[in-house]
Amino acid sequence: MKFGVVQAPHWRNAGDVAGMMREVLYALAPAAVAYTYFFGPGLLLNIVVAATVAIATEALALRLRGRTSRLALSDGSALVCAVLLAFCLPPLTPWWVTACGSAFAIGVAKHLYGGLGFNVFNPAMAGYVLLLAAFPGYLAGWLPPNVGDLDYRALSLAESATYTVTGSLPPGVELDAVTRATPLTVVKAELGQMRTMGEIVVDPVFGDFGGAGWEWIGNFITLGGLWLLYRGIIRWQVPAAMLAGLMLPALLLYLTDAETHPSPLFHLYSGGTLLGAFFIATDPVSSAVTDRGRLVCGAGCGLLTFAIRHWGIYPDGVAVAVLLMNLAVPTIDRYTRPRPYGY
Amino acid sequence: MTATGHVMSSSPGTTDSTAPRWRYDPQPRRPDWGIHGTTFKNISKQTPIRIAPLPAQATLCLQQGPFTATPLVVPGERVLTGQPIAVDTGGTRIHASVTGRVSAVGLRPVPGPQPTRAPCVVIQREGDEEWHESCEPVADPSRLAPAEVCRRIAAAGIVGLGGALYPTARKLAPGVPIRALLVNGVECEPWITCDEVLLRERAASVIAGARIAMHALGAAHAVIAVEGDMPEARVAVHDALQAAGDSGIGLAVVTAKYPAGGERQLVQLLTGEEVPAGGLPRDLGYVVQNAGTLAAIATLFRSGEPLVARIVTVTGNGVAAPGNFEARIGTPLRQLVDLAGGYRYPPTRLLMGGPMMGWALPDDDLAVTKATNCLVAATAAELAPPRPEMPCIRCGECVQTCPARLLPHELHAALRRGDYATLAALALDACIECGCCDYVCPSAIPLTARFVAARRQDAAEPDAPS
Repeated sequence: MKFGVVQAPHWRNAGDVAGMMREVLYALAPAAVAYTYFFGPGLLLNIVVAATVAIATEALALRLRGRTSRLALSDGSALVCAVLLAFCLPPLTPWWVTACGSAFAIGVAKHLYGGLGFNVFNPAMAGYVLLLAAFPGYLAGWLPPNVGDLDYRALSLAESATYTVTGSLPPGVELDAVTRATPLTVVKAELGQMRTMGEIVVDPVFGDFGGAGWEWIGNFITLGGLWLLYRGIIRWQVPAAMLAGLMLPALLLYLTDAETHPSPLFHLYSGGTLLGAFFIATDPVSSAVTDRGRLVCGAGCGLLTFAIRHWGIYPDGVAVAVLLMNLAVPTIDRYTRPRPYGY
Repeated sequence: MTATGHVMSSSPGTTDSTAPRWRYDPQPRRPDWGIHGTTFKNISKQTPIRIAPLPAQATLCLQQGPFTATPLVVPGERVLTGQPIAVDTGGTRIHASVTGRVSAVGLRPVPGPQPTRAPCVVIQREGDEEWHESCEPVADPSRLAPAEVCRRIAAAGIVGLGGALYPTARKLAPGVPIRALLVNGVECEPWITCDEVLLRERAASVIAGARIAMHALGAAHAVIAVEGDMPEARVAVHDALQAAGDSGIGLAVVTAKYPAGGERQLVQLLTGEEVPAGGLPRDLGYVVQNAGTLAAIATLFRSGEPLVARIVTVTGNGVAAPGNFEARIGTPLRQLVDLAGGYRYPPTRLLMGGPMMGWALPDDDLAVTKATNCLVAATAAELAPPRPEMPCIRCGECVQTCPARLLPHELHAALRRGDYATLAALALDACIECGCCDYVCPSAIPLTARFVAARRQDAAEPDAPS
C-alpha cells in the first residue's frame, strides 16, 4: 500500500491566521453594540465604508504584486484592520475620509511594506494618524452619548447615512448642534483654562469616572480583550504593561494634585486606552515577540500615551504612541532575545 | 534555568567530597516550553505486549545510526538466530533474527527521513528456531570489567533504541567521570507507547539493565524518569525499585509535555543544568539511556540473546486493533499491520516513529529496524495534509514553545534572506528539530523542515545522536 510522503512534523495544531482574525472580530462585537447604543449607527456606517475600501485595496494590491489573492484575502486581516480604524473614527465621518484612511492603511502601511507580516506600523493606526494629520477637523467632533439626561438632537440611521455619503445634515440642523467634544478634549481644554477637575466633570459628557457611555464601551472592550486572552490569541504582557505604563504616572500626578490632573480611571476609560491595550498594541505583526519584549513594548505605549495626553497637544495619544513603539520594535526584539539552551 | 525553590532529591553516598555532587528533581515543575495536547496513547496501551510470530523473511538493514556494517555472510549461507551477520568499524554487530538461509545481500529500500535504499541482508526462515552458540548468559555481570561489559554490549548489537541507534557501548565508555545514569522512560511523542508498556510489564528488566550500565559507567546513581500520564508504569517502576531494594536508583515523574523526553530537555528537567552548546550530557557527568536499550542489555546478560527483537507500537485509527508487539528485527511492516488487525478507513499516511519527528514511509513494503519504535497508520482526520503556507505574522507562538529557546520566526526570516551570519548568531545549531514551532504556527510555515535543510546544507558535524 502506498502512502503520501511529507516531512515531519506530521501533527499540527488546528489554529490558523483566519481563525485568529475571526476571534478578534467576535471579541469586538459586544463593544460595537455598546458603541452603537451610545453614539448611534455611525460606527456601522464607518465599518461598512472602511471594510469595503480595505478589501478592495487589498485585492488590488495583491493583484499588482502578483500574489494569489483568494488565499491572502481569506485571512481576514484587512477586515480586522478596517474595523479597528472604524472604531477610532467619530460616528459622523464623511465616507471619503474613512475611505482615505482605510486605503492608506492597507495600500501604504501594509502592502508597500510587503503585505501581511511585513508591515512595520500597525496599519489601522497609520491610517488613523494620516487622517488626524490631514483632516483634523473631521475627527474632532464626536456625538454626545445617549445617556438620557443630555439634551441633544439624535440622528437616525438614514440621517447618519445621508451625512456620511453627502455631507449634508437634515434641514435646520447644524453640525455644531449635534456634535460635542470628547471628554479627553474637554479636560485638556478646560484644564488649559485653569479650571479644576471638580468644575470640569459636572459637564454631562462625563460619567462616574470617565466619559459617559465611554465607560460601558470600555467595559465591553475589556470583555473582548479577556476573551482574546482566554482563547490564547493575545497574551497578557502587552495589555498589562500598557495599562500600567499609562496609569502609574497618572496615579502619581493624581495623588499629588487631584484638582489639576484627571484620575487614572479617567485615563483608563477615555479615548483609545482599552482598545489600544487589548486590540491595537497587541497586533502581533507590529509588536515585539518575546515576553520581555512585549512588556517593554506595552509599557512604552502606555508611557508615551500618558506623555502625549499630559504634555502634548493631542487630547489622546494612543495611536501615535503605538506607532512610535512600532518603530522601536526591531531594537526591542534585538535586546530581549532569550539565551538559547546551552549557550 | 535553575531548579531552585523546590525540593531536590539528594541520593545518599554524596558525602564523599571528591565525588561530584548529584541531586535530581523527582518531580520537575511543568516546563514553559513544548506542547501539551491529546496524546492518543490510550489507543495502543490497552493490551499487554504481544509476541509477534517469527517472520517468513527478515530484512536486516546494515546501516545503524551513523555507521554502516560490513556483511559477514554470503547468499545461500545458513544462519542461526543470534548469529552475527555483519559488523561495523566500531565493533557493533548485527545478528540474524531468525534461523534460515541468506537469500540476498544488497541494496533494499529502508525506512528513512526520505525514501532511500541501503545495504541489507535478507534471510528466508527455514525449519525450527536454533540459537547460535555464542549466545551465552552471564550470571553476574558486575564481576566483569567495565570494558568487557561494553565489549559484550557492542558484540550483541545493542544501540540506542530511542530511535537514534547510536552504539550503546560508546555511550557507556564516555572517558569522563559520570555522576549519574539518567534512564529515559519519558516517551513524550504522541501515539508511541512502547517504552510505557515495557516499564509497565518489565520494570525489573529495565532496572537490571540500569544496574549493568551503572557498573560499566562507574556511576553510583541513576534515576528512572517517566511521564506524569503513565501511572501504571510509574507504579511498576516504584514497586520494582522497592523489590530490588537498591538505594542508588531513583524515580522521577516528568510532566507529560512534548519534548520532555528529548535528551537535552530531560537533563534540564531532572538536574536543572543545561548541556553546553555543541556538547553532550557526559560533559555534565550524565549519560542518558533509553529504557528499552537497558532492557536489551538486561536480556543480553540474563539469557545471552543479542538484540534480535524490539517492542514496536502499531497504532493510529488506520489499523483495527492497535497495540504493542515484540517483533524480530527485519519483520515486514505489513505483517505487523496485519497483527494489529489490518488497515481500516484506509490510512493516508504511514509513519515510523511519532507524529512530531517520525518519518513518513512511501509504502509498507519495508522491514522493522532497531529504530522502529512505532508505526502510525494515520487517517486524514488524524493527521491532516499540510495547509498552504501563509506569511509569518510574528505571533510569537513558536518562541513560546521552543524548548531550545530559539526565535524560529527570526531564523525563518534570516533563511529567506539567505543571511547565514544571522542564522549562526541566532544559534540555529541549538535547534533539536522537535517540530514544536511547526505545531503551533498559525501560518503553517514548514519551519522545522527548513531548519533541517539549512543545517544539512551547512554540512557541519551533526549533533551526536542520543
